[in-house]
Amino acid sequence: MNQMTMEYTINQLKQLNGAQDHRYQREGLDFITLPKAYAVEAITRLRDHEGFAHLVLLTAVDWLEQGQFQLTYLLNNPVKKQDLGIRVLIPRETPVMDSIHLLWGQAATYQRELHEMFGIDFPGSPRVDQPFILEGWDEMPPYRRDFDTKKYAEETYFPRPGRSSNDPTEYMKHQLYPDE
Amino acid sequence: MSKKLFSLNQDRSLFPPNRPDGTIDVDLSSHKYLKIWHGPQHPGITGNMSLELTLLGDEVMDCETHVGYLHRGFEKLMERRKYIQCFPIVCRVAVPEPDFNEYCFASAMEELAGIEIPEAAKWLRTLVLEMARLQSYLMWIGGQGSAFGMGIVGQWTNYCRDLVLDRFEELTGGRIYHMFIIPGGVRGLLPDGFRERMEETLQTVERFMKDVHSTMFNNAVFKKRSVGMGVIDPSWINRFGIVGPNARAAGVPLDVRKDYPYLKYPELDFEPVTGRDSDIYTRADVRRRDLLLTVDLIRQIMAKTPDSGEIRAKTPNVLHWKVPAGETYSRAECTRGEFGYYMVSDGSEYPRRVNVRGPSYTHAVALLEKMIINVNLADVAGLMVSLHTYPPEIER
Amino acid sequence: MSKEDLEKRTVYSPDGEPIEIDPLNDYFLDRRPESYAPRNGVIEQFANWARAESLWVLGFGTGCGAIEMRPLMTPRFDAYRFGIQWRPTPRQSSVFVISGYLSVKTLKRVIRSYEQMQNPRFVVALGSCTINGGMYWDSYNTINRLDHYLPVDVYIAGCMPRPEALLAGFEELKKRIKAGKGDGANKYAENFDWYKANQKKIIKDWDMPDYNW
Repeated sequence: MNQMTMEYTINQLKQLNGAQDHRYQREGLDFITLPKAYAVEAITRLRDHEGFAHLVLLTAVDWLEQGQFQLTYLLNNPVKKQDLGIRVLIPRETPVMDSIHLLWGQAATYQRELHEMFGIDFPGSPRVDQPFILEGWDEMPPYRRDFDTKKYAEETYFPRPGRSSNDPTEYMKHQLYPDE
Repeated sequence: MSKKLFSLNQDRSLFPPNRPDGTIDVDLSSHKYLKIWHGPQHPGITGNMSLELTLLGDEVMDCETHVGYLHRGFEKLMERRKYIQCFPIVCRVAVPEPDFNEYCFASAMEELAGIEIPEAAKWLRTLVLEMARLQSYLMWIGGQGSAFGMGIVGQWTNYCRDLVLDRFEELTGGRIYHMFIIPGGVRGLLPDGFRERMEETLQTVERFMKDVHSTMFNNAVFKKRSVGMGVIDPSWINRFGIVGPNARAAGVPLDVRKDYPYLKYPELDFEPVTGRDSDIYTRADVRRRDLLLTVDLIRQIMAKTPDSGEIRAKTPNVLHWKVPAGETYSRAECTRGEFGYYMVSDGSEYPRRVNVRGPSYTHAVALLEKMIINVNLADVAGLMVSLHTYPPEIER
Repeated sequence: MSKEDLEKRTVYSPDGEPIEIDPLNDYFLDRRPESYAPRNGVIEQFANWARAESLWVLGFGTGCGAIEMRPLMTPRFDAYRFGIQWRPTPRQSSVFVISGYLSVKTLKRVIRSYEQMQNPRFVVALGSCTINGGMYWDSYNTINRLDHYLPVDVYIAGCMPRPEALLAGFEELKKRIKAGKGDGANKYAENFDWYKANQKKIIKDWDMPDYNW
C-alpha cells in the first residue's frame, strides 16, 4: 500500500517535472533526481499535496570528477512513514540554487551552512552571507574535495614533531605477506 | 499568572516594527534597548553556544544565535579515514550519547554493503542504546533543575548517572566513549553477574527518581516559573521540523522506535510518552516519564537477551573493505529526537560524504529564535535546557 | 555592536567639540603583562600553600572534556574536599582547565578569559587534544599544540581521562605550586610577543586589545 502511493508520487514526478534516475533503496526510502529548474516547484507540490511535510535534511555532495554539486533534499511523510530523497545537480563553477526558506523554518539554517562550507549561493535566504560556523575564514570553502585539510593543519597549527604514521594497508601487507 | 502563549498571529503593535525579511527594527541609540551577549560560557546548556539578545527592560525582543565554538570538521575528517577508522571519531559527535552515532553509522554501512547482523548482536545493540538514553536523560534532568536554581537535583541524578557509567565500563571498557557497536555486530557479550548489578542500578535510579519527582515536579517555584512558558504550537512541528520529546509534549506522538522500527524494538512492549500542553513543565514531565519507560525497557531487554551466540557477522577485511556505491539514510531515536546519518559511498574504501542530522540543528537555531521572544532574561537558560539543545551536533 | 564601532573615529560631544577615540587602544588598554617576583622565604612558602589548597577553577567547558568535569562536583569523586571549586567568572578563579580540543573561535574567547584572570594563574590541559592535536590533528579548525598559545602547567592525558585522573592531575599541580614552580603567568609575561604572534597567526579577525586585563 505504501509502495503503491510511492509509485504514484514517482510517476507524477517523472511526468510533470522530468525526474529521472529513480533508485529504490529500501522499503520507505527512494531517491530520485530532478532538474534544477523544476526542483523547488516539485518540492512545494510534494509538501502541499502529497503530504511530505517534514524536511529532514538538506546537504550537498561534491562530485569533483564530474564537476557538479549534488544537493540532496530529504523529505519525509510523517503520516505514511516514507522518505524521499531528491537529488539536484548544479554546476560546480557557479553554484547557485533557488532558496526554500519560505517552505520550512529550518531551511535557512541549512542554506547558511552550505553557503559557508561549499560556497553554494541561495539568493534571498536570510543571513546567508553571514558566517555561521567559522570565524575569520578566508580560504576556499572547506568541505570541497580540493581543500586539503591535512596540509592546511600542518602549515597553520604547529604539529608536535615525532609523529609517525603507517598506512594500515601497507603495514598489514608487509606483516602478512613479507615476501611480496 | 497569565499564560504566555506565543502564536503567530499576535498583536505586534506594541513591539518594535518588523522589517520585511523578518528582522526587528530596533534603534539602539534610543536608550530603550540593551544588547547583551549571552556568551559561550553560561548556565544554559552543556556546550558552547552564544545568543545575541536585544532586551527591552527584562524581556527579550530579538535574538540571533551564534554557533561554531565546537566545530571540528567531522564530515571532512571522515573523508580522509577508512570506514573502520571513522568509528573512534564518530562517537564524539554528540558527546553525552555516543552510541547513537555508532549505531547509525554502522547501520548505514551495513545497509549499503548488504550485511545482516546476528540476533544476539541486535539485542546487545538495543541494550546499549537504551542504557545511553538512560544516562543522558539523567544528566538532562540535573541540568533542567540547575537552570531553575535547584542544584540538588543535579547532584542526585549525576550520581545515578555515574552508576550507569560503571555498568558501561563493565560491558565495554570505557565510561564515556564505548566504541562497542562495530560494523557487523558488537564487540562482546554480557559479563558474568551483569544482570544482577544492572538490576541494582535500576532500583537505585527508581529510588532517586521518586525524590526528584517530589523535589522538582511538586515544587511551587518550579511550577510558577515553567508552566505556560515556552509553548510550542502543534502547527510548528512540521514547519520547523521539531522531533522527539519537544514534539511529543505538544501531543504529536513522533517516536522513531515506533514509526520506523529498528533493531529489536518491535518485540518490546511500550507506548510513546506524550503530553498535552507543551510548556517547559510538560516537556520536563515527558522526559521524566520517558526515563522511567527506559528503565522498564532495559528490564524487558535484560530478560530476553541471550547469554551466548554469534555477535559479529562475517565481514570482509575491515582495512580493505570497499563498500558498494550508493546512498542511504539511517535513523535512530536519541534522547533529543530523530538522529540520522546520510551516507554516500562511491565504491572505494573511504566514505564519500557523511552528513549528520542532529535534532538540535532545528531546535536550537530556528526554533529558539522564534520562541525566545518575550521571555524574561532569567528564564532564557531554562528555556534553552528545556529544548535539550546540544551544540556539538549543530556544528559537528 | 558591529565591527564599525571598534574602529578609530571622531565623535562629537554635546557641546559640539570633536573627540578622537580609538576603542581598541583606549588609554588604559595598551599595557603589557608584567611578571611578579616571588617574596622571600617563609612568606612565599605560606602563600604557595594557600594558593595550592584553594584552587578555584573557571567553569568554562571548552570541549569534550566538560563532561568529565561534571562528576567531580558530585559526592562520589568530590573535588570540593581538596578546595577546588568552580567559579563563573575569570576574576574569581585561578585555574583554567582547558578541557579538550580548542577551535579557533573558542581560542579567542579562552585567551580573553585567561588574560582577565588575576596573577598567579595556572592552566591545566585535559586530554590528548591539547598535547598533539589528538584525533583531530588534521582538522582545519582545531589547534594542535596548546603550549604555543597559553603557558600550560600540567597536562592530563587520556580521551577522556577518568575523574580520578583529573584528581591526580590536580594533585600534581598542587605539588608544583608548593615547590615554587607554578609560574605559568610569569612565562606568559616574559614571552608575551611570541605567544601573541602565534595567536594572531591563526585568529585572523583580531578585534580585541592585545592584552585584555
